[in-house]
Amino acid sequence: MSYLGEFYQRDREWHPPGLTRDYKTSVSRSPQYSLISLQGSPAELTGPVFGHDDLDPLDKDMIHNYAQPGESAIGERIILHGRVLDENGRPVPNTLVEAWQANAGGRYRHKKDTYLAPIDPNFGGCGRTLTDENGYYYFRTVKPGAYPWRNWVNNWRPAHIHMSIFGTGFAQRLITQCYFEGDPLIPICPIVNTIPDPNAIEQLISRLDLNATIPLDTIAYKFDIVLRGRRSTLFENRLEGN
Amino acid sequence: MPQELNYLKESPSQTAGPYVHIGLAPGAAGFDIYKQELGWDIAGPNAKGERIRVEGVVVDGMGSPIKDVLLEAWQANGNGVYAHPEDGRKVEKGFRGWGRVITDFETGEWGFDTVKPGPSPARNGKLAAPHINLWIVARGINIGLNTRMYFDDEAEANADDAVLNLIEWERRRETLIARRTERDGQAVYRFDIKLQGDDETVFFDI
Repeated sequence: MSYLGEFYQRDREWHPPGLTRDYKTSVSRSPQYSLISLQGSPAELTGPVFGHDDLDPLDKDMIHNYAQPGESAIGERIILHGRVLDENGRPVPNTLVEAWQANAGGRYRHKKDTYLAPIDPNFGGCGRTLTDENGYYYFRTVKPGAYPWRNWVNNWRPAHIHMSIFGTGFAQRLITQCYFEGDPLIPICPIVNTIPDPNAIEQLISRLDLNATIPLDTIAYKFDIVLRGRRSTLFENRLEGN
Repeated sequence: MPQELNYLKESPSQTAGPYVHIGLAPGAAGFDIYKQELGWDIAGPNAKGERIRVEGVVVDGMGSPIKDVLLEAWQANGNGVYAHPEDGRKVEKGFRGWGRVITDFETGEWGFDTVKPGPSPARNGKLAAPHINLWIVARGINIGLNTRMYFDDEAEANADDAVLNLIEWERRRETLIARRTERDGQAVYRFDIKLQGDDETVFFDI
């Protein structure tokens, strides 16, 4: 056994706290006792490993992965791309990235979503891919629509794509949301505003990336994701006694 | 002016929302899209050791089971080996040690089948009592909750476990112990997770 270094402590003041009263559902779903802080052990330094056998190459193309032959999803065609990095700025290769979203009208293909915007018969709304050796990933999809949700009487979610990322250890496991530059709903969203630091919110806003567009075909947004970094010292070299 | 440190910041977490199933369990959302969904078979067909089932509910502060929660499990195999290159030891073919489970939309009950993990490496060359790491996400949970499930028939190992002993209040350690029962000759462990209240489950900052 040769474990790499521990992960850097998670900055809990950069992440949203559990209890955020303006996002009402959090009130009864946030633990009230303090989290017990654990130093890293193999159970958290390790995590699941995925390979290309687990996926189909079409999984990352949400324009086509649920469409009938010859059809495609309705909406503004986008490429969402970027790199998965760690806090040291190093790429995280071969890690699973999963995404899910509403369709261009703001409707999810989910039996619990009853919003009146129509289902797109050619759009499922989920995709997945592995980062390459440089930590790079991309999805093709359509830009999701804004939609109303029950919190205050009149709340609308900004357009967003949910992202799930694994990293190399279970302690890096992360779910977040990708927003789109220029969306006026971002600053007034109670879920966005669970994040206390405006600079942290900026980190979740993808930017129009004209260089990555496919001319006359698809517009592009860039969204880099950062996972926790690790010390470079070996686990076995740690001081004893703690 | 001192040097810049040049670290990046971790991307901040956001809730998985009510439609997490679309991304991570589309079959449960009501449609079939992938050739194979990931995470429904934690142990695989060749894993040695005792086959067990783990069941429970996640209860909110009002005492109601949460019906839109998703849990992920991460565990060692019956020999205490993690299916990860840093462990360095071999696991049975098909053993990933990771899985995910959602609840019944009507009752909030969840359950998964696996093998009972063995004692696994802990810090400083010691062994951890058999346990399954769990990660819990849902609408209203802003950042995934980490906890551990231990086994009530491992009292001796539990008493010696460094993580359990780190919890100052002995009564709170009990919230991490699953209770064994038998059903049709199979071991079923019950593990209810409480997000709030006097018997709030212990959650970890890992």
